[in-house]
Amino acid sequence: MQRRNMMKWLISLPPMLFLLVFFAAPSLIMIVTSFRYPGEFSGLAPLSASDIVSGAPSDLYGLTLETYQFFFSDTLYAEIFLKSFAVATASTLICLLLAYPLALLIARSDKRHRNLMILLVILPFASNFLIRIYAWMIILGPESALNHAVNSLLALMGLPPVMLLFSPFAVLVGMVYVHLPFMILPLYTNLEKHDPVLLDAAQDLGANRWQRFWRVTWPQSLPGVFSGTALVFIPVLGMFAVPDILGGTSDILIGNLIKDQFLGTRDWPFGSTLSIMLMLAVIVTAGLAAWLARPRAAASSTST
Amino acid sequence: MKHPNFVLWLMAILVYAFLYIPLIVVVVYSFNDSRLNAEWVGFTLDWYGKLFRNEEMLIAARNSLIIAVSASVLATTLGTMAGLAIHRYRLKVLPILAFTPVAMPEILLGVSLLLFFLQVLNMTLGLVSVIIAHTTFSIGFVAIVVRARLQGMDESIFEAARDLGATPWQTFRLVTLPLIMPAIIAGALMSFTLSIDDFVITFFTKGVGEPILPIQIYTMIKIAVTPEVNAVSTLLMLLTLALVMLATRFDKTILHGR
Repeated sequence: MQRRNMMKWLISLPPMLFLLVFFAAPSLIMIVTSFRYPGEFSGLAPLSASDIVSGAPSDLYGLTLETYQFFFSDTLYAEIFLKSFAVATASTLICLLLAYPLALLIARSDKRHRNLMILLVILPFASNFLIRIYAWMIILGPESALNHAVNSLLALMGLPPVMLLFSPFAVLVGMVYVHLPFMILPLYTNLEKHDPVLLDAAQDLGANRWQRFWRVTWPQSLPGVFSGTALVFIPVLGMFAVPDILGGTSDILIGNLIKDQFLGTRDWPFGSTLSIMLMLAVIVTAGLAAWLARPRAAASSTST
Repeated sequence: MKHPNFVLWLMAILVYAFLYIPLIVVVVYSFNDSRLNAEWVGFTLDWYGKLFRNEEMLIAARNSLIIAVSASVLATTLGTMAGLAIHRYRLKVLPILAFTPVAMPEILLGVSLLLFFLQVLNMTLGLVSVIIAHTTFSIGFVAIVVRARLQGMDESIFEAARDLGATPWQTFRLVTLPLIMPAIIAGALMSFTLSIDDFVITFFTKGVGEPILPIQIYTMIKIAVTPEVNAVSTLLMLLTLALVMLATRFDKTILHGR
């Protein structure tokens, strides 16, 4: 028993310490930073009370709620958060629409082919993240065949030409492209476990193709749908590279806002506040997904 | 329903096309004898030649390699320990610490580490800070793979080893380790790939001194797109392709989601 205990500490302590120092502590620092004052030129104002620029009496050790007040005082930030949610929702729905048929097909394919088909989903996703975004710069770019085709079609219909690249459309395409495998994999993992006997039973009882899908397959697959949704929605919410590369100047999302506070204007406290708001949004989303996934999985056999 | 219908196949083919066409385009244009990514002019290897004469790119590649090797060694060691510990003991804090960085948006980890390195440790950002940052998010991935492997195993093997008088260390070295080795190798290859690929966290923790591959690519994309980007992309694709094939060969559980 003594030995077992020693073993326990021997293997759990090193990763624990590393993560406490390089994950837990930085997260706490970020929370504290959000309550501090920005420095005059960059970074942070010192903590000692005498150096504070705007030494209001309510200040406690150089801490303030100012950044949070600022966040809520300007509707611009609420708008960007809403826009990010809209982009994340749209990306998730498109991913679901594209992923479901493929996941279903793979799950119902011959066992020998399944691994290859899934590998074919993972492979493009293993290539560099920036390269996958960059590829769309070529495809949607002003010189591309697609751009020419779309614009000559528009001209035929008497409509003004459009720019595909640097548009909200390009951002959405990029988001879907980068995150699609995150939807396919959990869906496949779920669909693969379904018992085909249930579908046969439904057929014997006279259910048509649609009824079999909506009343047998779909309810059973909801846990997969919810975990895929979380895996797409959460990273899209914080993504800055896709709008940065494929979007126009007005296609700013939360991630771009945060990036600018740290590498552009250098207002660390406000950047931290934005990050915490993003974290809260993520926690709410993940909590919702977990909550939705749980009871339905158990109830699906009795309800609907 | 044994034979999936025609519509399903058609949609699946379209999705596969959507996944592969962009990457094929990048590869094809890397051999195109034109500065523009537009018309096909003729075959050339010039962009690769240019790439190999690009001093900064070579340094960036070397730096990325150093980072990826160091981070994957650290993450594999710590992640294997974490995976074993989480599987074997009822731990509350470690799973949260290991799995949260995997699940949260990368930008949050990047930003908080940037603040921590500069404010608390007062260190100059560079290769070391990037190595630490990459290790932090890779530990969870390795732990997931190792734990998945352990979950699929028969516990009685370990009991048998104990009953036969093996010490915990002997059990670990002679029974557990060989059994989870495929998962460890797969985890190592995975964390190497994650590190070589990572842009967001690298972007925040890199500092200004040393060029690093993804950042170099980002600068090229943002400032002046030349087919050199296609060439470096194609080479990177080949590398990660090989690594992923290798990883899945070692551990099939990777195929079933993370």
